[in-house]
Amino acid sequence: MAVVVQASSVERRPAWYGRVPSAWWVIAVVALLMPAVTNDFILFQVFGWALILGMIALSLQFLAGYGGMVSLLQMTVAGIGGYGVAILGTSGVAAISLHLPWWIYIPVAIAIASLFGTLVGALAVRTEGIYTIMITLAIASAFFYFARQNYVIFNGYSGFNLVVPPHLFGVDWRQPMPFYYLALACAVLSYLAVRYVARSPFGLALQGVRDNPRRMAALGFNVTAHRIFAYTFASVIAAVGGILLVWQNAQISPGTAGIPAAIDILVIAVVGGIARPIGPFVGALIYVLLRAFTPDVLTAFGMSGERFKLLIGIGFLVIVYFSPDGVLGLWDRWRASRNSRVDPLTGGER
Amino acid sequence: MKRFLTASVAIGAILAGSPAFAEDTIKIGILVALEGAFADGGKDGVRNVELALRQVNNMVAGKKIETVVAATDTTPDTTIRQARKLIEQDKVDFIVGPLSGSEGIAMRDYAKTIPDKTVINGISGALETTWVDPAPNFFRFNLDGSQWGYGLGSYVVKEKGWKKVATVAADYSFGYTNFLGFAVDFCKAGGDIVERFWVPLGSSDFGGVIAALPDDVDAIYLGVGGTDAINFLNQYEQAGAETNLIGGTIMADQTVLTSKGRAKDALAGTPTSGPFANDNPDPAWQSYVKLYQDGFPEAERFPSPSLFGLGYYTATLAALKALDQIGGDLSDGQKKFHEALSSLELESPTGLIKLNENRQASGTVFVTEVVEGADGNLTSKMVAKVDNVTQTLGMTPDEFRAMGLPSRETPDCAKLRGG
Repeated sequence: MAVVVQASSVERRPAWYGRVPSAWWVIAVVALLMPAVTNDFILFQVFGWALILGMIALSLQFLAGYGGMVSLLQMTVAGIGGYGVAILGTSGVAAISLHLPWWIYIPVAIAIASLFGTLVGALAVRTEGIYTIMITLAIASAFFYFARQNYVIFNGYSGFNLVVPPHLFGVDWRQPMPFYYLALACAVLSYLAVRYVARSPFGLALQGVRDNPRRMAALGFNVTAHRIFAYTFASVIAAVGGILLVWQNAQISPGTAGIPAAIDILVIAVVGGIARPIGPFVGALIYVLLRAFTPDVLTAFGMSGERFKLLIGIGFLVIVYFSPDGVLGLWDRWRASRNSRVDPLTGGER
Repeated sequence: MKRFLTASVAIGAILAGSPAFAEDTIKIGILVALEGAFADGGKDGVRNVELALRQVNNMVAGKKIETVVAATDTTPDTTIRQARKLIEQDKVDFIVGPLSGSEGIAMRDYAKTIPDKTVINGISGALETTWVDPAPNFFRFNLDGSQWGYGLGSYVVKEKGWKKVATVAADYSFGYTNFLGFAVDFCKAGGDIVERFWVPLGSSDFGGVIAALPDDVDAIYLGVGGTDAINFLNQYEQAGAETNLIGGTIMADQTVLTSKGRAKDALAGTPTSGPFANDNPDPAWQSYVKLYQDGFPEAERFPSPSLFGLGYYTATLAALKALDQIGGDLSDGQKKFHEALSSLELESPTGLIKLNENRQASGTVFVTEVVEGADGNLTSKMVAKVDNVTQTLGMTPDEFRAMGLPSRETPDCAKLRGG
């Protein structure tokens, strides 16, 4: 830690590792060493799940935060990615699954999900605001009901069981520790990809489209194409999240991509904050911790555990009430209030 | 920075710490749906586990029993997450649950990953759970959905003389499974199914189906439940109901019987079948009902135990009896516990229950009829019972397997009638 602090105080432009804030190093070390200090449940169920939900919510954050498009479709795209690996790969439903090798079914599943996201995106970008929400919600619920009634492809109500990750490089990726690192790696890559794209010419143009589509069109940017491509990019991230989700649960059924799940993704993104890509992960961790431990908290206080949804709801309400821009907003305000104690001219304490 | 580090370490320490517990306690995880359509039934399940434990003062073989409740929303995803939490975080010795069909199938697969723990089914009734590739540590002391339908078919043929029916049933696995139990028995007794209609779960408009129902049938089998059944019956009544009805197991439950409106006019005289009958004169059942009614204040329970409650009660009873037999010895990967459960002959409130080689119960099915009670409300009256209904519905396993798993087309009625 001391090295990092020194590096940033040196006069010349510091090396890349010096430009990364020290808090990030701490998070990285904690994340990497997590398996040493926690049990399997925390590793697999809490952090594994939070990282996956974070990725799916990240795809919504990209669309909403940088593109100004609130889409309820992301869980459906994730579900299609998950169904893709179940149908193309191996599952307990041998009559439907095609048993293709992993290097075919993973990319094809991602491609199908992204294509679906792009097509729906092409439909949705012609609408604004509440209408985008409505049209994506309609398609999400249509997919849910279709998957539930279709037995030829989606195996209806029961879906697919025994969908597990392939044994690659001699590792059983469904064991808690390998799975945690797999989810962590995917989440970090998605996070970096979103940050990179947001600062790329495409990302900047997309933010321009968000702020003033008419002016961007007048400047010669193809507004529709930018928005559609944003859907494609977000769909890739959601699809990877969906595949991890299926591997974690070892099964997928229509309920995985149902309306409550789609709403949960929105809640996660909003609670975390959609201003920056780290928000969804913060939101997902809060969501997962609440889901996992509220019944215990309630019973510890002698209340009936079945009211846990109430506590979760209140928790979210409190966060959104006190900070409309999510937990990130709280954090930013706290930082700002600390900084304002320092005199901007002299740098001394006021 | 320092504060941040301290905080992270503290969080790590909290997360790492798992509750220590003494050797002389046995911890039971209750996996039950407390959200969604079955939430009320789920609560009754929890009550009944408590009720069974209360009979032994929460002690078995000198060990104290603790329970942890894990709530699901009937989706398999949540069920697996909650089961993992019970096993990995709460460190329970065995799980009692789950409640619904697809959860049961998911738990069968999960049970295979925890071979030295035990899962005792709550009330989930999918046939596949103990029929297709069953898990060696998954035990089911309740009958499955197809068994629940058995006995009704021969009853309507022999007692009512209804030989030609059309069927309307829910288009998902429980609908198929429950229908299969009815159809196997019905077709073997000489009945004929002229037309099958499958309606999606949660339908509200049955106009098309009602219009397409053939006129020249003796009865209509109705295999939908809850609000779907109420909607169907209302519309059927409006369309000028004329034919007799036969009910699937979940069709004539309390939600439907106590509903307002015309739905219930169509219902009087409808035979149905299931794993229990409210007015069963058997002393074992009567004393269980009394125990239940005395055990909880009237506002906090159903008038009499529900199907879900009965399932969880029976499961807990089985666990307690097996634990008692082995002196609470759960060492060596719970081997003794598994053996004791497999060979258990359980005197349950609904009669003797034995497990077969798939660890699936064989037991009694009750045929009941909906009648108008003294106060004008509908209630059900037991009219017949069939003892020792097996998983294969009286066929050999090979014959049963050859028939195929329940689906829209299975079973083939003509083939069963001929064979």
